[in-house]
Amino acid sequence: MAMIAVEDLSVAFGSGESLVHAVDGVSFQVEAGDTFGLVGESGCGKSTILRALSGLNDHWHGQIIIDGARLEPKRQRSFFKKVQMVFQDPYGSLHPRHTVNTTLMEPIAIHGLDRADQRIAQVLEQVGLGPAFRFRYPHQLSGGQRQRVAIARALILEPKILLLDEPTSALDVSVQAEILNLLADIRSQARLTCILVSHDLAVIAHMCHRLAVMNQGKIYEELTVDDLAGNRPRHSYTRQLLQASLGYDRRLAAAATLADDGLDSGAA
Amino acid sequence: MVAAAEAPLLTVEDLSIRFLTPHRIVEAVRGVSFTLGREKVGIVGESGSGKSMTGRAILKLTPANAMVEARALRFQELDIMAATERDMLRVRGRRISLILQDPKFSLDPIMRVGDQIAEAIPPDKREGKARTRECVLEMLAAVRIHNPRRVYDLYPHEISGGMGQRVMIAMMLMPEPAMLIADKPTSALDVTVRMQVLAIIDDLVTRRGLGLVFISHDLNLVATFCDRVLIMYAGRIVESCKASELRHARHAYTQGLLASLPRIAERRPRLAVLNRDPAWLTE
Ligand SMILES: Nc1ncnc2c1ncn2[C@@H]1O[C@H](COP(=O)(O)OP(=O)(O)OP(=O)(O)O)[C@@H](O)[C@H]1O
Ligand SMILES: Nc1ncnc2c1ncn2[C@@H]1O[C@H](COP(=O)(O)OP(=O)(O)OP(=O)(O)O)[C@@H](O)[C@H]1O
Ligand SMILES: [Mg+2]
Ligand SMILES: [Mg+2]
Repeated sequence: MAMIAVEDLSVAFGSGESLVHAVDGVSFQVEAGDTFGLVGESGCGKSTILRALSGLNDHWHGQIIIDGARLEPKRQRSFFKKVQMVFQDPYGSLHPRHTVNTTLMEPIAIHGLDRADQRIAQVLEQVGLGPAFRFRYPHQLSGGQRQRVAIARALILEPKILLLDEPTSALDVSVQAEILNLLADIRSQARLTCILVSHDLAVIAHMCHRLAVMNQGKIYEELTVDDLAGNRPRHSYTRQLLQASLGYDRRLAAAATLADDGLDSGAA
Repeated sequence: MVAAAEAPLLTVEDLSIRFLTPHRIVEAVRGVSFTLGREKVGIVGESGSGKSMTGRAILKLTPANAMVEARALRFQELDIMAATERDMLRVRGRRISLILQDPKFSLDPIMRVGDQIAEAIPPDKREGKARTRECVLEMLAAVRIHNPRRVYDLYPHEISGGMGQRVMIAMMLMPEPAMLIADKPTSALDVTVRMQVLAIIDDLVTRRGLGLVFISHDLNLVATFCDRVLIMYAGRIVESCKASELRHARHAYTQGLLASLPRIAERRPRLAVLNRDPAWLTE
């Protein structure tokens, strides 16, 4: 049975003329222990899907089944424990005047867990930060260390599902490698099921088994990473993404510009 | 490639930038030297390695608490070290343009994009309203806007991100600069739009003979887009090579960066991580 089953999920923002169908009838499933990738242009609805799954957005339509239980848009606290999210920006997502300890205490207090001290020490160890980091403030940490704290905050509630929204986009490639290795270790130790959003197809290919390619709120195609690596995408948009991930190609880039000109020549 | 006889557009010799902070002296750039001809030179290296400060020093736009020293810092005939603020005003945005990461914020939301591009023409080069409009339309066409007449009259919120970036580039090129400094110019763009913007910059370097300093984090992109690459670590250029040969880089730092990249074609269970050697700071 799938750990995550999403059926015909839709999320709209605004109304009347400003109505945006941010997510428009999306369906996919993620098996327990798998990592599922989501890619697509900026604004295509990736974060909105994660926010609906994590309970940060409660005005969605459709069906979400997590670990066998069907969810309602308004849900109880025990659910939030199961699904945790890590965001892109390791600067914005931590409170600047809270120490690492305070940041990690918060979820423990909200959920009334015991053994707070032990849990914090253990989770810091798990994300590769020694006890020395426990009473530091965010400005005393590097970008990679902050992202480790954000991951620790997600792990401290022992979730079953980790939603990763561009977890390494703000980091240098060498720090990215450390964080991706860490996520891979944690994933197998804690038997996590993950969804990973990234604009970098190579990051998706490294971490995932399957991925969905989105555009304007819809899933264009779902494929395995083996199909991606074997250069077998069906959709031209996926092929474009794959091509671009290989670097710059003068001839192809010029051709892409010509094809795109239809966009700005159309009537306003 | 630069012809042997042609003098470089830019000469940087032994550039150092220090910051005096209350606690200590930060050595942001330590003895950087390179020249730029009519070519694309990439600068890569991790966050804080001094890429942006190097670019800013060329325009004399370093922060007020920065101490800049160089044996030579020359753009064409201009001695940048000796230049006054008035000299630099005639250079910035006219003979050297700077493209930054998020151009949309630099467009005025309540002004038609065509008029904004027109304003970028230096006063001494303007030749009447009709001619100015012609110039702007030509420039919009040069950055591959297919229907310049329609786009001229649009406001920034009416164009897409990719078009906004092209409009920005049109503004930067209006004064016909000899050199372009692009500091992560495409990292805010989607990959497909990114390729279009790069194709335009590529064209301009090739056709108009511009010199380009291209600052980036993206090793694959620099390897495939630029002619040469400078690799910076802790304020120094630790290695430079032909972009097409970046894969065979010799310095352990560069090799480490390349090894840490995930690759679609060769997946590995773990990524290599960088083991920083203290010797990289001094050797
Ligand atoms: N709170 C909101 N109010 C109004 N519109 C919103 C809101 N959140 C998202 N949107 C819109 O919904 C669409 C999808 O946004 P979303 O953040 O999910 O995109 P994304 O795929 O995560 O993009 P990116 O790669 O840039 O993060 C966009 O058009 C966005 O402007
Ligand atoms: N105003 C300042 N005061 C003190 N130090 C500064 C100041 N501005 C920059 N620095 C330091 O100068 C060094 C070089 O910074 P620079 O912005 O050139 O890095 P960069 O290579 O462009 O990094 P990134 O890839 O993150 O943009 C950094 O160590 C930075 O902390
Ligand atoms: Mg997002
Ligand atoms: Mg910079």
